[in-house]
Amino acid sequence: MEGLGIVNYWIVVALMMTGLYVVMTANNFVKKIIGLNIFQSSVFILYISIAKVSGGTAPILTSEAEIYSNPLPHVLILTAIVVGVATTALGLALIVRIRSAFGTVDDHEVQDVARD
Amino acid sequence: MLSFHLSALQVVIPLLAAPLCAIFRGPRISWLIALAVGLACAVNSLAILNQVNTSGEIIYALGGWAAPWGIEYRIDSANAFILLIISFIYLVGIFYARDSIKAEVPEHSRCWLYTAWILCFSGLSGITVSGDVFNVFVFLEVSSLSTYILISFGKDRRCLTAALRYLIMGTIAATFYLIGIGFLYALTGTLNMADLAERLPGLASQNTVAVAFGFVVLGLAIKMALFPLHAWLPNAYAYAPNAVTAFLAGTATKAAVYVFMRLAFAIFPDDFFSDLTSTHVIVLAAGIISAILTSAIAIFQDDLKRLFAWSSIGQIGYIAVGLGLASSAGVAASFLHLFNHALMKTAIFMAIGGLFITTGSTTIAALENAGRRMPWTMAAILIGGFSLIGVPFTTGFISKWYLVSAALEQNHWWLAGLILIGSLVTAAYVWKIVEIAYFRKNPDTQIVRQEAPLSLLIPTWVLVTANIYFGIDAQFTGSTATLAATAITGITP
Repeated sequence: MEGLGIVNYWIVVALMMTGLYVVMTANNFVKKIIGLNIFQSSVFILYISIAKVSGGTAPILTSEAEIYSNPLPHVLILTAIVVGVATTALGLALIVRIRSAFGTVDDHEVQDVARD
Repeated sequence: MLSFHLSALQVVIPLLAAPLCAIFRGPRISWLIALAVGLACAVNSLAILNQVNTSGEIIYALGGWAAPWGIEYRIDSANAFILLIISFIYLVGIFYARDSIKAEVPEHSRCWLYTAWILCFSGLSGITVSGDVFNVFVFLEVSSLSTYILISFGKDRRCLTAALRYLIMGTIAATFYLIGIGFLYALTGTLNMADLAERLPGLASQNTVAVAFGFVVLGLAIKMALFPLHAWLPNAYAYAPNAVTAFLAGTATKAAVYVFMRLAFAIFPDDFFSDLTSTHVIVLAAGIISAILTSAIAIFQDDLKRLFAWSSIGQIGYIAVGLGLASSAGVAASFLHLFNHALMKTAIFMAIGGLFITTGSTTIAALENAGRRMPWTMAAILIGGFSLIGVPFTTGFISKWYLVSAALEQNHWWLAGLILIGSLVTAAYVWKIVEIAYFRKNPDTQIVRQEAPLSLLIPTWVLVTANIYFGIDAQFTGSTATLAATAITGITP
């Protein structure tokens, strides 16, 4: 089980770096937003991994189980997911308006159009 | 009974008022709602400050759930002061917004602008009063998301890319902050600021704390536009509607600075920011480079809003210098400059909004003869500019005085010298404006008096008067800032 726990954190690091890389290098605004999404998701997994108690069950009140996973990070991440969805929605809405104002969603092309 | 709930009301009033704007949809009624929120919260913030000063720290358990289980609002002299700044800048900003927004934003979307504006205010208030680090993250995002929306209401289509860039930078910043508090939670099992402050000293030698600190500091440095993480700010301020720029310049970065102070000096162990990690050297260096370099960049701007946006980054630099000194006097200087910069920069952006309404442009070229065409509007920019330089009888002088004293207290003569060089560079861009507005004679054009409308001039001059008043009588601001610094650092100067 311990190895699996560490694998979790490697996935977090991999996703985090992938996300940041996409945000920084992509020219297409939609891709930037998707990169941002991947970056945020990695943090969600980080929190959920922290909450895992080895051998624990889901935090439901039953007489059979005695060890529970920590429910608080789950709740925190529910909130963070909502924030993430709102950010994505707003980002995409802005991109729709950028597309109608500049005729493109490419970062370089937008800068060219803006300069003219 | 009501006085017990003051701290919650500060957040709840705007949070409930925002949907009302979206329901009624009328541009006029939305403005009235926003104004009512401003009046209520300004009075509320005064009452909170009074209560803190008379009976000490306010601790409010949200929903009646006590601290370790519930979220707690905790207000001491430090956040009461920040709350006061944010509430009053919001009130004056909304008062100003009616005619300014009318000229820039189409009628059907004005109600959405006010909805976002009230939400932004709610988020900023929440950041300030909350005593729970995760709750701060949520409010940080509430205020940021509504700020992106506010920026996208600008007239120029480039406001859209500015808003999107800010969204990307802002989300990365908030996520960094989230990672940081995740590590803290994993280590201590709490998100409550007071509990964290108790448990962290015993764990200070662990790498996790240092990593958490790194993430949190980096996230907040982006949010407060500390050089070299300022890239989102110039375009965001330049293309947002004028009233929005005025509001953001006075409040948005300030809330992030406050959270930074709270974390660095009150939550993390005492010597963590300074001796253990030497982060204060980085902050100090970033601050002083920013104060000189970005002011120099400001000299070469052709657009007034962009010029003063760069100047804002420079002024954040001075605040960072105070933080980097990591002393009680330094933090007091930062608090003071937070207040003073909010006064001067909001007034300047308001005056620029007035210039835009009369001339339809915010370029420096539009200032030709402005000294005679619109003496009152121009004088507001001039006094704001003098305050940025730090001329005596303006608030800027008081901030510089405190900052230089704090530097000299640690025998940093070189730092005092660099602060003065920063002032000289500031004088260069203010002079550039003065020269065109007052001294460039163009004999061909006829001088027609065309002052900005009174509804814009009055709020501008309220702030300019406050600027001069607090520049002469610094009793209130000085003592409040010192109290706030004591509350944050825990050291009596």
